Amino acid sequence: MPDVPAAPKARKFRGQVLIDWDRCKGCGFCVEFCPPKILAFSPEFNSHGYHPPYLTNEEACTGCDLCGLYCPDFAVFGVRVPRIDD
Amino acid sequence: MGCACPELTIDEEPEMTLTNANPKSVLTGAHFLDGDCACSEGALAAGANFAAGYPITPSTEVVEHFASRIPTVGGVFLQMEDELASSIAIVGAAWGGAKAFTVTSGPGFSLMMEHLGYAAMTETPLVLVDVQRGGPSTGLPTLPGQADMMQARWGSHGDYEIIALCPNSPQECFNLTIDAFNFAEEYRTPVLVMMDECVGHMTEKVVIPPADEIKLYPRRYTSLPPSEYLPFRPGPDGIPEMAKAGEGYRAEVTGLTHDEHGYPAMNWQAQHKLVSRLVGKIRDHADRITRWEERQMEDADVVVVAYGITSRVAERAMQLARAEGLKVGLLRPVVVWPFPDKRIRELAARVHAFLVVEMNYGQMVNEVERCAGGQARTLLLGHGGGTVHEPEEILKAIREAAS
Amino acid sequence: MSIPINPVEPFLRADRMPHIWCPGCGIGTTVNCFARALVESKLPLEKVAVVSGIGCTGRVAGYMHLDSFHTTHGRAIPFATGLKLANPNLHVVVYSGDGDLIAIGGNHFIHAARRNVDITVICVNNFTYGMTGGQVTPTTPLGAIATTSPYGCFERPFNLPFLAESSGAVYVARWTAYHVRYIAHAMVEAFQKKGFSFIEILSPCPTLYQRRNKMGDGLDTMRYYKQRSIIKNGARTQDVDISLQGDIIVGKFVDIERPTLQQTMDQQFRQTLKDRYAGWGGA
Repeated sequence: MPDVPAAPKARKFRGQVLIDWDRCKGCGFCVEFCPPKILAFSPEFNSHGYHPPYLTNEEACTGCDLCGLYCPDFAVFGVRVPRIDD
Repeated sequence: MGCACPELTIDEEPEMTLTNANPKSVLTGAHFLDGDCACSEGALAAGANFAAGYPITPSTEVVEHFASRIPTVGGVFLQMEDELASSIAIVGAAWGGAKAFTVTSGPGFSLMMEHLGYAAMTETPLVLVDVQRGGPSTGLPTLPGQADMMQARWGSHGDYEIIALCPNSPQECFNLTIDAFNFAEEYRTPVLVMMDECVGHMTEKVVIPPADEIKLYPRRYTSLPPSEYLPFRPGPDGIPEMAKAGEGYRAEVTGLTHDEHGYPAMNWQAQHKLVSRLVGKIRDHADRITRWEERQMEDADVVVVAYGITSRVAERAMQLARAEGLKVGLLRPVVVWPFPDKRIRELAARVHAFLVVEMNYGQMVNEVERCAGGQARTLLLGHGGGTVHEPEEILKAIREAAS
Repeated sequence: MSIPINPVEPFLRADRMPHIWCPGCGIGTTVNCFARALVESKLPLEKVAVVSGIGCTGRVAGYMHLDSFHTTHGRAIPFATGLKLANPNLHVVVYSGDGDLIAIGGNHFIHAARRNVDITVICVNNFTYGMTGGQVTPTTPLGAIATTSPYGCFERPFNLPFLAESSGAVYVARWTAYHVRYIAHAMVEAFQKKGFSFIEILSPCPTLYQRRNKMGDGLDTMRYYKQRSIIKNGARTQDVDISLQGDIIVGKFVDIERPTLQQTMDQQFRQTLKDRYAGWGGA
């Protein structure tokens, strides 16, 4: 029997990041320590003049919540959300 | 001299059922005790189950006695590393549900001042006993003084009122310590017992009644559920209900100026609302709290004012003066703070002079003079402490006051 | 589908937000770890009490939706001792800063460790008195600038894990605000540990300590923590001194068993008083 490569494992979950826009004070911890490096400072700013983060690649977010664990202002957190598209 | 806190009607006192003391802690019987031990027995009878202290002459016996009794009664005594720790450990214990007290003398009293203010600010019920000795500074550790009286009132920074009781015998050390705990619970405030070394170290008969004759004011715990309770929302009498840690109330307690939630609120409006209530809580109830004893006042021309051990010498002097035909009365403040303003004012209208006899260079005399308002002479027979007055020197001063 | 809430949110007093800490301050980070540790350790929350002193870290108590006590400067530990002795069923956590716990509170720190009082002490060490403007503390490294040592600190600082261990602490760990998962894990261990548990957490003070010492902002400091931290679990505490911008030894250094104050007290009374001892289960 010829070797058939195994189908790539479909991920059951994807991640999502929720941001409390006005709580953010732009410290940059989440941007720095996000493991897949998919958070960046958004070009917009909040009412205090800080640039909150945004997800640059929603597909790559694992919902690990390291951003939430780091955030000193309780402004961002990650959750794992079940995939509904397959 | 009331404190305007317009939304409170001070006369509305909630109905409070007094409870009996626990027979397990009451050493019923007639005993030969010194004032320090009697004070300790008073605390036990009042249900004190937590004490923290630091050795300091002449107060140490109070906690030594408590340390030997409490393990068989049920409770904790911990000797802390200093008076700073002792005075805050009792606040922590109170918020854990204990009836707590500490004991000290002059130098330790100074160290405890910050936490006395913290207890007043957080409305924590507790008792602090100061067995006064010669001062200032290290002074005379083994000899009496009465020079902490103004410190008792004003020792901590900021505005607050204090309740302070002054026993003049070991029996009173027992009785008034129980009263102190009751005041602490009723007004949700720290209360002082201002003894002196003489009263603390003298040994006399102390009668301790059966437990069911000792009435205790129970802690005013709230019956509201956590969702409705606010730890610093006053009742109709200006006093908030109490809670303790571990019951789901998740109360916030802080020494910062705070709102009814206990959250810091650092603005002048919150300051006015809170501090006027803290001051008014006691000031507006002063008539119910203050207490004094009088002797031979009906026809008195001269009123001797004395407290603590000095009052006993003054009583002898008064007897000698009366024997000489001098019309002398004795007024002994028992609750020293709030001071019996009204009574002094009343007497000032008809007596010739007040003679204040105290073991200091003039502390309570200022209160008497203030209340006399110039209507009667106010004289001081003070001295630096280290010994009590002699009856003869008080008699001489009475004669001068009468002339 | 319900909107997810931040896992730290149930532990916060929402009506007290936003907090007063500066951008890039690490105290809030440690609070996330605290919340996570409370969830993981499954402690009954109505039995958890937080006791803080005065200072930036001292404000933690006020922000937590738990029985919280904001006490006087340096005296969180004796307050906690009284609270725990009055109600031994409480889980008492002291959460305060280096100046508060170790300078003015130093005496109480060593005695509580000596007695092995069953409390957890979390010391957020930012090498400064932040609230009052950035003065020197007993942990400020030699040579660092502070308002009260404007030409550089000339005092040798305390090595906190060494101080804690030699005073008698049964659990001693040090992490930095970068080590979020380790902090949460250490807190879980400390909560479950009977006795005096001590966790030192290095944290940036971007506004004062970092700025005055030209160390960049909070993020720069977190990067420094990441690069220069060396995890050495079980290291000898006398070897974990911190020098100005040097390597930082982190890890769990001490995890031993010793009877707590409550246990030794109980044992002594039972031995001497036998069945006259009334015991003490709490107020």
